[in-house]
Amino acid sequence: MTKASPATIAQLTSTPALELIDIVKEYPGTPPVRALDGVSLRVEDGELAAIVGPSGSGKSTMLHVMGTLDRPTTGQLRIDGRNVSEFGDRRLSAVRSQLIGFVFQQFFLIDGMSALDNVANGLLYAGLPTAKRRVAAAEALIKVGLAHRLGHFPNQLSGGERQRVAIARAIVHDPAIVLADEPTGNLDSAASEAIMELLHGLHQAGSTILVITHDRELASSLPRQISVRDGRIETDTSPSHSNDAGSGWPAGKSAPGHTASSQLLNRANDE
Amino acid sequence: MSDGPRSNESRKLKPSKLRPADVVSVGSSGLRTRKMRTALSALGITIGIAAMVGVLGISESSRADLQAQIEALGTNLLSVQPSGGFGGGDGTLPEESVAKVSRIGPVERVADVVEMEQTILRNDVVNPNETGGLSVMAADLDLLATLNGDVSTGVWLDEAKASVPTVVLGSVAAERLAVTEVDQGPMVYIGGEWFAVVGILAPFPLAPDLDRAALIGKPIAASMFEAELNPSIIVLRTRAGSIDQVRSVLGPTVDPQSPDEVSISRPSELLEAQDATESAFTNLFLGLGAVSLLVGGVGIANVMVIAVIERRNEIGLRRALGATRAHIRRQFLTESLILSVIGGLAGVVLGALVTAGYSTAQGWQVVVPPLAIIGGLASAVIIGAIAGLYPAMRAARLAPTEALRAT
Ligand SMILES: Nc1ncnc2c1ncn2[C@@H]1O[C@H](COP(=O)(O)OP(=O)(O)OP(=O)(O)O)[C@@H](O)[C@H]1O
Ligand SMILES: [Mg+2]
Repeated sequence: MTKASPATIAQLTSTPALELIDIVKEYPGTPPVRALDGVSLRVEDGELAAIVGPSGSGKSTMLHVMGTLDRPTTGQLRIDGRNVSEFGDRRLSAVRSQLIGFVFQQFFLIDGMSALDNVANGLLYAGLPTAKRRVAAAEALIKVGLAHRLGHFPNQLSGGERQRVAIARAIVHDPAIVLADEPTGNLDSAASEAIMELLHGLHQAGSTILVITHDRELASSLPRQISVRDGRIETDTSPSHSNDAGSGWPAGKSAPGHTASSQLLNRANDE
Repeated sequence: MSDGPRSNESRKLKPSKLRPADVVSVGSSGLRTRKMRTALSALGITIGIAAMVGVLGISESSRADLQAQIEALGTNLLSVQPSGGFGGGDGTLPEESVAKVSRIGPVERVADVVEMEQTILRNDVVNPNETGGLSVMAADLDLLATLNGDVSTGVWLDEAKASVPTVVLGSVAAERLAVTEVDQGPMVYIGGEWFAVVGILAPFPLAPDLDRAALIGKPIAASMFEAELNPSIIVLRTRAGSIDQVRSVLGPTVDPQSPDEVSISRPSELLEAQDATESAFTNLFLGLGAVSLLVGGVGIANVMVIAVIERRNEIGLRRALGATRAHIRRQFLTESLILSVIGGLAGVVLGALVTAGYSTAQGWQVVVPPLAIIGGLASAVIIGAIAGLYPAMRAARLAPTEALRAT
């Protein structure tokens, strides 16, 4: 509660893309597994951050909770300024359909569909008509550098290309945040680099992206690294670029974030 | 993609939504990529519906054919016989009945036959007690015309032939006596005398008794066997629409003393009644069809459960893309419905083809009852809905993280 830097104050006045406040996730069992043990985290709009940590440290669990695919046992989750902790299935689905884009290690493309239709699926549950979905999908595929592969099916694409299609699907609806779980986990180093380059490019174009990886080297190329161990945040490099993120937004808008952010900073400073 | 900060105001959260057209394409995508499995799992429904449509179609076609036959034979035929009750006398009607009946206004035609006590045998060496259930009757020359009957071979009796030992055989009688043609001058042995067969009749659907009769002329019956010519059966045609009126006065006309001892029937009604009784064959096939439908439904449920397990990742992905539980449920329910409706449509087509094939082979007109088509498709829809319910609920209940776990 002591060291409030100018950067912190700027943060508090903006609406973060994502905010976790003292999130605990326990899987039932004997004994129960505490996969997340009091995680607080704030991701500003326009950030590109890596979550690193050893296997079993709780990275995927954290990403699932952030993406509303799983409910925390306790704690609060805010996405794009909304407290979604109390949301039911329908509203959580709406959050996923409009505010979140997922990228998975296994791509999860639907085999019987062209790249274009796979990407268009990113808008399926937003209720857009097919034609509009396809136009947006084509634009997204062009953004990820696959303009020449629109009609190809997943089995006609390389691993790197498949992941590009998956990334296009994750950004086609212009989400508040893209959550990627080991996006390069199934790729060779050249393809991995290309994917990271693509993520950098999307970040520069304004996307907010959170990437899970256990590759420290890969993580070090990103502006921010959040290190997780045993369900807790171990270190978090200060978000350096977020000073301008909230410019123009009235102060006190996101007051609930205050305590959590301070705690987070304190914890980071304690290391 | 927008640059710059977002806020609550910048983005209104709309509920997830799946357009109806998308429900269909999403619900059929799994089937389109697994065509062979789709075909095989729809087969049970196809067979069940085909069996039902086929059986109903065939029985309807046969009914239509019978109806057409009845129509052709005429529904305006009445038949008068002495009722077999006690005091019914000698089983004949008064001799002047025919003349009286012909004087009833709307009666267009009337004829009678007289049942003889003589027996008919193939020749003079067979045992005379073996009459083979055949009867000998003396017939009016008008009989054939009144019944709309026809000869299949040879000729009907005329004035000349009615006075000499000639005989016309009913279709069954000819068969029993092994007479198949008349050109070689076949002879039969009636009441100890030889008669020449001059004709064989086509079957009388309206008077099957006559199929088992040998018909001789009244004059020869009187002269050779000294028979009394009291009518055993009188048949008559009325003008269309007057049948009930004629029917009500027939009894008193024929036997004014005891009209109750006269039995009047309308042969076309008997035919219709016979048609209404469903054959055991039909019921058996309907039962088999129902069993096949049941098995088909279980098969679809089974395939759907497998599909839900196999496509866990897809379910997880769709949830990640914003599908609600209801959307997932709807997707798999739609898939199951499409599957069974495909089976149902194929079954209707197959059943119609079977009906067409069988009916054409029988020389009937082809009738596929619309009710069978509608019923077939409706049962396919119901089966699909029931079979898909449990798998769809299972898919919807699957937790997204569980579904996304690598398989
Ligand atoms: N469904 C579950 N039920 C019980 N325990 C679980 C479940 N999912 C994860 N866990 C446990 O929670 C902990 C965190 O798992 P998580 O998958 O988040 O790790 P991770 O950091 O993503 O690991 P990796 O780098 O191997 O992917 C692990 O100890 C794991 O065994
Ligand atoms: Mg993981």
